[in-house]
Amino acid sequence: MSAPTDHRPPPAPHATRPAGNEDMSSTVRAFEAYGDGDWDDIAREAIGEERIVVNMGPQHPSTHGVLRLMLEIDGETVTEARAGIGYLHTGIEKNMEFRTWTQGTTFCTRMDYVAPLFQEAAYCLAVEKLLGITDDIPERASVIRVLMMELNRIASHLVCLGTGGNEMGATTVMTIGFTAREEILRLFEAVTGLRMNHAYIRPGGVAVDTPEGFTTQARAALKNVRGYLKQLGDLMLANPIFKARLTNVGVLNLSGCMALAVTGPVLRSTGLPYDVRKDNPYCGYETYDFDIPTSKGADCYDRVVLRIEECYQSLKIIEQAMERLDRTEGEPVMVADKKIAWPAQLAVGGDGQGNSLEHIKKIMGTSMEALIHHFKLVTEGFRVPVGQAWQTVEHPRGELGVHVVSDGGTRPYRAHFRDPSFNNLQATSVMCEGGQVADVVVAVASLDPVLGGVDR
Amino acid sequence: MSEVSPSGDQGSAVQPPEGAATLEVVEVKRGMFGAGGSGDTSGYGGLVTPITMPAASLRPYGSWFDQVVDVLSEVLNEGTATGGPGFDEAVEKVVVDLHSADSADARQAELTIHVAREHVAAVCQALRDDQDLRFELSLGVSGVHYPHDAGRELHAVYHLASITHSRRLRLEVAAPDEYPHIPSTTSVYPSNDWHERETYDFFGIVFDGHPALTRIEMPDDWVGHPQRKDYPLGGIPVEYKGATVPPPDTRRSYS
Repeated sequence: MSAPTDHRPPPAPHATRPAGNEDMSSTVRAFEAYGDGDWDDIAREAIGEERIVVNMGPQHPSTHGVLRLMLEIDGETVTEARAGIGYLHTGIEKNMEFRTWTQGTTFCTRMDYVAPLFQEAAYCLAVEKLLGITDDIPERASVIRVLMMELNRIASHLVCLGTGGNEMGATTVMTIGFTAREEILRLFEAVTGLRMNHAYIRPGGVAVDTPEGFTTQARAALKNVRGYLKQLGDLMLANPIFKARLTNVGVLNLSGCMALAVTGPVLRSTGLPYDVRKDNPYCGYETYDFDIPTSKGADCYDRVVLRIEECYQSLKIIEQAMERLDRTEGEPVMVADKKIAWPAQLAVGGDGQGNSLEHIKKIMGTSMEALIHHFKLVTEGFRVPVGQAWQTVEHPRGELGVHVVSDGGTRPYRAHFRDPSFNNLQATSVMCEGGQVADVVVAVASLDPVLGGVDR
Repeated sequence: MSEVSPSGDQGSAVQPPEGAATLEVVEVKRGMFGAGGSGDTSGYGGLVTPITMPAASLRPYGSWFDQVVDVLSEVLNEGTATGGPGFDEAVEKVVVDLHSADSADARQAELTIHVAREHVAAVCQALRDDQDLRFELSLGVSGVHYPHDAGRELHAVYHLASITHSRRLRLEVAAPDEYPHIPSTTSVYPSNDWHERETYDFFGIVFDGHPALTRIEMPDDWVGHPQRKDYPLGGIPVEYKGATVPPPDTRRSYS
């Protein structure tokens, strides 16, 4: 296929104005900087009056990490707000191109570190699409994925509510939120061995089955979580100070959300019940009974209400998932195809988590071919057919998309993550401009950005 | 016997399936086992394998794909009266990725529309505005660099979703490395603002008409575009328990 013919002369590098619209340049004023002058002189020349630009962040506790907000203020009113990102860019997508498909989960789990299991699930679903094994994933693996994702959704929302409350001075909201999250992190530790950076969901299934007695432990923990959620709701939702700070702040209506592709609780606070779990189900979400809570206010208060509601809906899904877990006890959690299935049988040992001794004995002592196969699969990895795939999942912050491209090799040719926080931060200016400086903190907290996911 | 000459003469030797357009060679692999640099004792060292992306699909595509392509064709051809591009001019090919499913009705089937780069905004406009298409939500732009795809090295992939009809499709646009310009789609999908900045930052694709095309993840004075295949990963050897682990891009690759 040949290149599209284009006879226009190449414009100067980085020219972004449409070609053929020459008169536009006359409307843009140009300023010249030379010598040891100061940018302030240029700003004064350009604007002719005093303007105060406040640089909030990147190191500011209320910016959820290293988010930089550039606010132009007039008294207490924000007249212009811009978000600057990139302070936590770690090149995860580039790194993934140099690791096997399975090792990719270890990288993408570190993107949005508050909701790591969603990146893993989305990435693995995309890889499974390319492998053509979407329908071969064992039921128990899908149930565990759903269970882990919903637990993670609650944990993530609790961080959002807790830190959001803390930023407004409500320390109790923060302590309750984190205490409740602790219960969930303990469940994660029991299943994956880690509290974050799990790398638990793998292409083909999950790394290891849930430990014995997990559902009993989880039921007890979730009873506590439900209690904490009630406390949080009691503390926040009817509190007059809380309502005064949040109501009609950071309003973004439906058309604004659609134009800026803002998804998740922010979109649902405008009344549109859009949720990927219902719209384009994955992992068998269509077989679970749950609702998509919405509200009409489109402001920060409604988003808090929605997040608490979503936690209750997640608990409802978890209960159904745990029933299925009990029913599928002992069934496989990894795809049957041994050319793809990760051969590990993990167990907790004295030096952390690794392959169980019995499993090592078995593969080392019974079959030379099995040992070779194990070695090749772990070091070299499996090959993935040529092509590209796109998979989205409902992340606590919105729609998370994964675009993977394979050249038929053992490594991703390209893996791109459409992180919801990255996209939603574009709404910062719309939500903050015209409001007060103190409302910026509230508005950004209602977007709930996690900079590890934004910058990747 | 040998369909591909060992000299790596790409494209000409690759035969597309009957009725389909030519295949796009995106990569050429040599040898059998991926590992390079070692003495070849296998005899497979001279093997040259061109990697081609899936070819254009033939009608019927199945599922709702036919309807969307038909409506898009109708809308674009109607638009020619007002100076818009016709369907044949704007759309290069339509690819249906079944991902091993039996039919396009399966959940994993995906539709890709390859669009001529000068018409991407017009196609987006048609996809967003027509009541039978209604792809209201743009889930961003991602870039892919195919150094072996001569004259079409840089690809921008747009992921669109229709909430009204519960549908998803992607647009793929290619630009040559010598003139990496693609018109911006921010006038149709304002949300693509940061996504196009990111793609510019990582791949050097210049989106003409973008309101402020600056770097977003890398520092403003950064040289080069890190996600391109000719940009090294970097890294240093790490010593651990007496052994030295080389940086990932110098380790043996099996691909």
